[in-house]
Amino acid sequence: MEEYAVILVYSTTHALRIEKLLGERGLECKLIPVPRHLSSDCGICVRLRRADLEAARAVIEQAGIEHEGMYPL
Amino acid sequence: MKPAAEVIYFDNAATSWPKPPGVAAAMTDFLERVGANPGRSGHRLSIAAARIVFRTREQIAALFNLPDPTRVIFGANVTEALNLALHGLLKPGDHVITSGMEHNSVMRPLRALERRGVELTVVPCAGDGSLDAAQVAAAIRPHTVLVVLNHASNVCGTILPVAEVGEIVRARGLLLLVDAAQTAGALPIDMQAEKIDLLAFTGHKSLYGPTGTGGLALGERVDIRRLDSLKQGGTGSRSEREEQPEFLPDKYECGTPNVTGLAGLSAALDWLQERGVASLRAHEMALCERLLNGLQDIPGVTVYGPRAASRQTATVSFNLAGLQPSEVGLRLDEEFGILCRVGLHCAPAAHRTLGTFPTGTVRFGLGAFNTPEQVEAALRAVAALARGH
Repeated sequence: MEEYAVILVYSTTHALRIEKLLGERGLECKLIPVPRHLSSDCGICVRLRRADLEAARAVIEQAGIEHEGMYPL
Repeated sequence: MKPAAEVIYFDNAATSWPKPPGVAAAMTDFLERVGANPGRSGHRLSIAAARIVFRTREQIAALFNLPDPTRVIFGANVTEALNLALHGLLKPGDHVITSGMEHNSVMRPLRALERRGVELTVVPCAGDGSLDAAQVAAAIRPHTVLVVLNHASNVCGTILPVAEVGEIVRARGLLLLVDAAQTAGALPIDMQAEKIDLLAFTGHKSLYGPTGTGGLALGERVDIRRLDSLKQGGTGSRSEREEQPEFLPDKYECGTPNVTGLAGLSAALDWLQERGVASLRAHEMALCERLLNGLQDIPGVTVYGPRAASRQTATVSFNLAGLQPSEVGLRLDEEFGILCRVGLHCAPAAHRTLGTFPTGTVRFGLGAFNTPEQVEAALRAVAALARGH
């Protein structure tokens, strides 16, 4: 079974920016509602393959996009 | 009433019309096929709505050469954006500089702030509405924090030397706020090259989107810790907290946004990009030049402003000797099907500068969909009124 991780973000706008950046680099991801056990927030987060997490972290940090945290699912 | 195809719409400075093909369809499409609240719920339609808002944000950022789309703050109109910037930045004891050609969307917030202890200097403009940047430099004091200027006059189109003032403002460590109500989409705007720190824009004039859209673009020198929010409320983010979030764009965007309007604006921006701001500017300049020359050839007509298409937007103000602007406007509408705006155009300061206060002027605001034939028809109509027919 595929193992996933999520990137929690501060707003939908950030999620959409991250989705675009990852997509441009061929890192597959999907926007999903934030899992309840990770945050009380009502927004969305970015789900990706756990194996892609470090590559994604580098892309996001290079672009200077703030995020709340990255968690395995 | 004449059918829409038969009227000559010369009121584009108030709002552009018609809108480009695709704008209404994009709005209908949103309402019929998406319809959800962006940034609130996590389901597919909510995300689809958020994508529309985000794409529009990216289009605006690209249009004004702003690298970070989260620094585009959407709001109801340019007035709201100007209020956010002015009320958010200025504190009692601060000094702010503006010009003698401003619209009430700048002057009224400034006068309100003046009563709360903000000091205001209004730098006078010449009789054609032009501004000498050196006079702005001379007005700077130790406690000046902001210069606010309209990019072009809504009354007579005069373009103010924004980039020149931007240079001065930046050298002195201040911020420059530009009211681009009349120019966003009509003139090329590069916030970085022109050293504009805050750009207030409307979606429904020369960006050709629907009413109810607009916003404030923040350059990288604007420290958002120093820019207070105008409103507080739900953002879909940080819902566990009762304080407004401090990050962009949520700090300044709360409540459900006008996604229907932004869907239309996004389609309009696609059209604008396809046509090109420079080519639309060339089209409007050609119409404006013919209108200016033609009006000045009619005995009894006084034209205000620079009277040079290269120094103004395609907005032309004039009066006819012996006729009130209101009478001219009514007769142009009823007898010739020409729709324009008369009076003071919400800009008493500008009319004082031009010497047309309190009577006002007749204003023709040309746009992308006007034609040379319409300009000729309008010149014949004005000539007929001037002859007393």
